[in-house]
Amino acid sequence: MNEIVEGLLAAAGLIVSLDPELVDITFRSLQVTITAVVIAAAIGLPLGAWLAVMRFRARRLVIAVLNALMGLPPVVVGLIVYVLLSRSGPFGVFGLLFTPTAMIIAQVIIVTPLIASIAHQAIRDLWAEYHDLLISLNTSKRQRVATLLWDARRALLTACLAGFGRGIGEVGAIMIVGGNIDHATRVLTTAIALETGKGNFALALGLGFVLIALAIAVNLVIHSLSRTERSGIW
Amino acid sequence: MMSRAFLVLAFALSASVAMADTIRMAVTTSFENSGLADVLLPEIQEELGIEVQLLVVGTGQALRLGEAGDVDAVLVHSRPAEEAFVAAGHATHWREIMYNDFVLIGPSDDPADLASADTAAEALDRIAAAGAPFVSRGDDSGTHQKELALWASADVDPESLGAAYNSVGSGMGAALNTASGLNAYILSDRATWLTFGNRGELALLFSGDPALFNPYSILPVNPERHAHVNFEAVVALEDWLAGPRAADLINSYTVEGETLFVHSAVPR
Repeated sequence: MNEIVEGLLAAAGLIVSLDPELVDITFRSLQVTITAVVIAAAIGLPLGAWLAVMRFRARRLVIAVLNALMGLPPVVVGLIVYVLLSRSGPFGVFGLLFTPTAMIIAQVIIVTPLIASIAHQAIRDLWAEYHDLLISLNTSKRQRVATLLWDARRALLTACLAGFGRGIGEVGAIMIVGGNIDHATRVLTTAIALETGKGNFALALGLGFVLIALAIAVNLVIHSLSRTERSGIW
Repeated sequence: MMSRAFLVLAFALSASVAMADTIRMAVTTSFENSGLADVLLPEIQEELGIEVQLLVVGTGQALRLGEAGDVDAVLVHSRPAEEAFVAAGHATHWREIMYNDFVLIGPSDDPADLASADTAAEALDRIAAAGAPFVSRGDDSGTHQKELALWASADVDPESLGAAYNSVGSGMGAALNTASGLNAYILSDRATWLTFGNRGELALLFSGDPALFNPYSILPVNPERHAHVNFEAVVALEDWLAGPRAADLINSYTVEGETLFVHSAVPR
């Protein structure tokens, strides 16, 4: 209990003094996860809408696999990306291992199935509602997907925020592919793991509270920018 | 919207472009946890213009990183593993830089009476005889290999200790956290122990046996195996670490008034 109080004090101290190391790793956490979520959304949202609109033989299997991939263990993703990007692996020539790019690649793999699955769920319901209208207007497949994506944007925002939540708190994959290098690939979660390893529980907890506050702040900013969850709008 | 996405992407990618004189070096947790890296790296940056990026892992993983060519150099402390690594051609040579020592940590009331043991082997014998809980790194690190060698010299098979032998398969700090929670005995390097923040009931019970001597060596990854490694910069780094400036910094580095490392490299 005492250590949680110390952790809160440590967090307050770090934020008030704008500790340069904290700013550095917080910025990198945001850089990696936001980039990963933007890429994952660019893949996952159209994929989810396409799966809702299209009818093909293996559709049920694809959706089941996609849903199962939401639970991809980050450690395994990290290990696979590591082996692929290692100098002795197939993509070793690019020298990407232990860079923020490698961390983004790993997080895209983790976050995309989550965003695609939630997007698919939301758009499927909307498609049931819009089906007759869009068919009677003689729209193309592309137009249907675009309409559904736009009209489901609130739910899709939730999908992206869920992806962000999974990415920002993730440590297993980015620890392996990033290597937790000071000033290069250290982010909030890997710093927390490091400080825990040193037995500095107060500092580790402090960083943890900063991470939670950051996640809340990002969600609030997104909601206020997109004008959702305000009184008078249902 | 798309242009913004591209901006973010370009920004993310630009951050990963490697700088000219950067070395990636895999080091053991004990080196990083001691805080010595924070003293040496800024000096290296200033005097040699080389940015050293540290990957903090166990000796086993550090050697794997060197073997795959994912790092330019390796700084570890397990002589038999180092010799095998050089013999396999993964590194051009090994060079001893400094040493520190291992210590036996345990509950401060010391039920196995380590304090009156004469040698490290005898101390381990007493832990086994008392059936006291022991935490092992279990991660193929230099410390783990040292621990296994000590058990062998004590003629005890740690697997025969049963539930009292806890192999945690993690780094030195995490293993110390476990030992602190279980109030168990553990072998640690002195540096990590001195800088460890969560000691609980644990205390340093045994040290000083020459068998606990712990030399650190640097191994440059073989450029004939991996053409991309920054071999010239690694050689410059090695010579600097073996030189008088590094000797000064290493020998004068103390934590809580105790010297942690003794410089032992011979300048060429």
